[in-house]
Amino acid sequence: MAIWIDGRRHEADPERNILDVCLSRGLDLPYFCWHPALGSVGACRQCAVKVFKDDKDTRGRLAMACMTPAKDGTRLSIDDAEARELRRSVIEWLMLNHPHDCPVCDEGGECHLQDMTVMAGHLVRRTRFEKRTFRNQYLGPFVRHEMNRCIQCYRCVRFYADHAGGKDLGVFGAHDAVYFGRHADGVLESAFAGNLVEVCPTGVFTDRTLGRHYVRKWDLQTAPSVCVHCSLGCNTTPGERAGSLRRIRARYSGAVNGWFLCDRGRYGYEFVNSERRVRRPFVRGEAATSEVTPAALARAWSKGRVLGIGSPRASVESNYALAALVGPERFHQGTSAAQTALVATIIRILREGPARTPSLREVERCDAVLVLGEDVASTAPMLALALRQSVRRQPERAALELGIPGWQDGAVREVVGNRKGPLFIAASVANEARELDELATRTVRAAPEDVARLGFAVAHALDASAPEADGLFGRLPAQIAGALAGAERPLVVSGTGAGSEAVIQAAASVAWAAGAGRGRAAELVYVVPECNSLGAALIGGRSLAEAFAAMERGEVTGAIILENDLYRRAPEADVDAFLDRAGHVVVIDHLAHDTASRASTLLPAATFAESSGTFVNNEGRAQRFFQVFDPDSTDIRPSWRWIAALDGATDRWPNLDELQAALARELPIFGEIAAAGVPAEYRVRGARIPRALHRQSGRTAITANRELHEPRPPEDPDSPFAFSMEGAPRVPLARLAPEVWAPGWNSCQALNRFSAEIGGALLGGDPGVRLLEPIEGAPPAYFSPPRVDSLPEPPPDSLLVVALHHVFGSEELSALAPGVAELAPKPYVALGEEEALERGVSEREEVDLSIDGGPILTLPVRIRPGLPRGAVGLPAGPVRFVPAGSRARISKR
Amino acid sequence: MTWTPSAAGQKRIDEIIARYPSKMAACLPALRLAQEEIGHVSKEAIDWVSRRLELPRAHVQGVVSFYTLYHQKPVGKHVVQVCRTLSCALVGGERILDHCQKKLGIRPGETTPDGKITLETAECLASCGSGPVLTVDDEFVENLTIESIDALLDRLRSEP
Ligand code: SF4
Ligand code: SF4
Ligand code: FES
Ligand code: FES
Repeated sequence: MAIWIDGRRHEADPERNILDVCLSRGLDLPYFCWHPALGSVGACRQCAVKVFKDDKDTRGRLAMACMTPAKDGTRLSIDDAEARELRRSVIEWLMLNHPHDCPVCDEGGECHLQDMTVMAGHLVRRTRFEKRTFRNQYLGPFVRHEMNRCIQCYRCVRFYADHAGGKDLGVFGAHDAVYFGRHADGVLESAFAGNLVEVCPTGVFTDRTLGRHYVRKWDLQTAPSVCVHCSLGCNTTPGERAGSLRRIRARYSGAVNGWFLCDRGRYGYEFVNSERRVRRPFVRGEAATSEVTPAALARAWSKGRVLGIGSPRASVESNYALAALVGPERFHQGTSAAQTALVATIIRILREGPARTPSLREVERCDAVLVLGEDVASTAPMLALALRQSVRRQPERAALELGIPGWQDGAVREVVGNRKGPLFIAASVANEARELDELATRTVRAAPEDVARLGFAVAHALDASAPEADGLFGRLPAQIAGALAGAERPLVVSGTGAGSEAVIQAAASVAWAAGAGRGRAAELVYVVPECNSLGAALIGGRSLAEAFAAMERGEVTGAIILENDLYRRAPEADVDAFLDRAGHVVVIDHLAHDTASRASTLLPAATFAESSGTFVNNEGRAQRFFQVFDPDSTDIRPSWRWIAALDGATDRWPNLDELQAALARELPIFGEIAAAGVPAEYRVRGARIPRALHRQSGRTAITANRELHEPRPPEDPDSPFAFSMEGAPRVPLARLAPEVWAPGWNSCQALNRFSAEIGGALLGGDPGVRLLEPIEGAPPAYFSPPRVDSLPEPPPDSLLVVALHHVFGSEELSALAPGVAELAPKPYVALGEEEALERGVSEREEVDLSIDGGPILTLPVRIRPGLPRGAVGLPAGPVRFVPAGSRARISKR
Repeated sequence: MTWTPSAAGQKRIDEIIARYPSKMAACLPALRLAQEEIGHVSKEAIDWVSRRLELPRAHVQGVVSFYTLYHQKPVGKHVVQVCRTLSCALVGGERILDHCQKKLGIRPGETTPDGKITLETAECLASCGSGPVLTVDDEFVENLTIESIDALLDRLRSEP
């Protein structure tokens, strides 16, 4: 299959359009309204080319490249004079009302409109009329609005409303006064609003957080990184200048997040600059110097008697280093007994069962979904965005049958209309914004045990050899089973969010049972609590409860706590008792929190942006994050380096590669971990990879107030990147590109040059290696449903505690970013409508709450529709520790 | 303040909704109904339509602001919309509009102090062959000249 472009033959996929083919073949053709994730609508007329009937046709006709399929043998010209002239005049019209305010525009220097203006050859402005002007809106803490820069490409609403399901951004007016914004000023409701910053080809929507500490793209230091704010591990490009992190951008991954991020991931980064950062070592609350501390520590520290507490938000390497230091018997995962058990169950299911976990991009291609127990939109926002696409799969087939290619966005959406593929949701709570509910075929609100029972009933309906469950749900299990069995790619989604082992087991049973009819288990996604929950759990170690018990028994005298605030993991009294008993407590973390304030020695750890390491996401994909910048303070080190220092043997692991090699030797599951990154000695034609674009300015002046000579860039023993603009100009492995840029393409749309097929894998492969694979065809070892009578009778009048998750506020690190904090809820206690009515409490009324007979908390009530009777919800995060599954009592004041 | 139409209006909207496969399709007639009852499409009317048809407010507002036939502010007894698109402009559309402005002493978007006439501009009214063109309420007036405008506006103003 090939097409001819300006007389040259190019391989082309006839399923794609000409614009897509031209861009992926490295040809320059300007465009605005097309977006690889959103498809074509042919609205802007910027991508005009000349298409010829055959090789005798010399006149040809003008056509929009984005609307023309790349049929075999198509002949076209980009260079044709008439096509060029049309493109030039299109951009001239588009620019008539544009304010030409690039010098004060935050988009400047990475603006698609700037690039296209130059590319299309509109070099002289002839208009002499007054421009129309608009009033801008306040859109919340994350996104700034400057409507005058708009060129009416409609991408913003196509992303916001069509792709992400947002309701509050629209198009107003007509002809030369078209306005893109909200119906009134206010915070954009969608958790994906931040993507507008990258989707809009000009400076209408810009990053408000960047605006507060603005630098141009070319002045940022960047490196490939991974989001730390939930378990999905979306790929990111953090940017730094002069010691502070300035922004996060989406980094394309063909396997994980595609082009986008959620706003927690995009705007949570400011914790790195937070006042709460630990920047120096402290010994008993007094600042100390790092030269003294480790040596003194190593002396004071008596092997054998110290236990280590790891962390699901610390890297695999740091967790391993701690386990290696204290020994596996004394290493504890830093999570509660319940949490540790849930994650262990998930790992067992994924390693020993027949169901495979799809990547996030593969989730988009699934065509029937059952969500069991997880409030996906709050705990793993980008997964909700992926599910939003999967409900389109079945109705979309009608369009394909009509011969409409998938990229014909307008036509496909017309055919799909309001129809939706099967999506069943059973959970005790919905995301506050009811993000997925509106798409669901059926939504069931029930307590976790009942959700599990529904799952088991579905499994039994799919495979009669799966154990029977109490038939509480009428025909629903059969309906769900039918939808899954009839799908090409059925998917079951669950997770730790409900805090229920039974729910997790039920999800596995459904996925396995789906294999009975089709020969292959359904795909199975579990959401886990944190960015490295799986990675940390794969290292092994017991739970926090056992650490507490060991301390109580007096078996240990001290503890080393890695990047962990224990008060978020266990009741306050238990943590207090543990810390009181511990003689010597070393805390290694980047944030000051209540656990850190109890440390005898507090050591300043590097954040993800100041260190390199590996996280394992919920898919079991190990992904490397590379250090973005060298922290100002030499005291700040990756946790594993502090651990090595504590050992007194700093040469035990001279660099990350050596540490990984030791890990891979010891724990075979991590055998491939090195392939998630590249060795530190990797070079491109002998050169390191620069962290800054070649245009970086003021490099030699930035430290001139302290030092007249140009300082040597800091060494990086852990990665092939250089803290400099000098080095290899182009990296063959696109996953190592610190930032997307190509000649003539300064905006994020330079990305089209980084994959062989647009929307496919990055050149040289997508990042990450999958550590967990199922045993294909393993006979399902079905779990048994929880039996109603097996449960102990709950104390009368007590309520089941359910954790409520919020996109903003539930995750520890992002909650420290001012914008996220602004949108996070204050602590509250939630009751369903019925429960509230029965107890005669109303919205905002203060009530007393006591969990498991513990201390009394006074909190305002929030009525949360759908929360089942007999349950009480507490917001994870705003309420520091929520023991899901415990019993609570509330009383009116 | 919430607004709901009269009982007759409620009945009509129920009938209209029943005619279409999706509620969204009833958006234009629902807005028209509101405009008939209120005289223009107020914010409260937009809220009602978005509630009644389960549509995002931004969508309904987008529809209202797209069509020149919906009035977002109160209007006079008569609405005069002068075409300002190319074909009419070539045969003197701008002069017609200028003349209307002078004669009425108001600019497009404004209403005469006596509340009789609102002047507006419109895009192509699909009567290019007989330009310059304007509409008075639901009626076309074509092949406009200064004289015919004078006569028209005088008549509208002198009506009781
Ligand atoms: S605001 Fe941006 S994305 Fe939206 S239409 Fe205008 S230029 Fe396009
Ligand atoms: S979905 Fe999770 S990993 Fe992805 S950007 Fe959001 S918080 Fe980060
Ligand atoms: S990109 Fe082809 S018409 Fe807009
Ligand atoms: S241009 Fe005036 S009616 Fe068409």
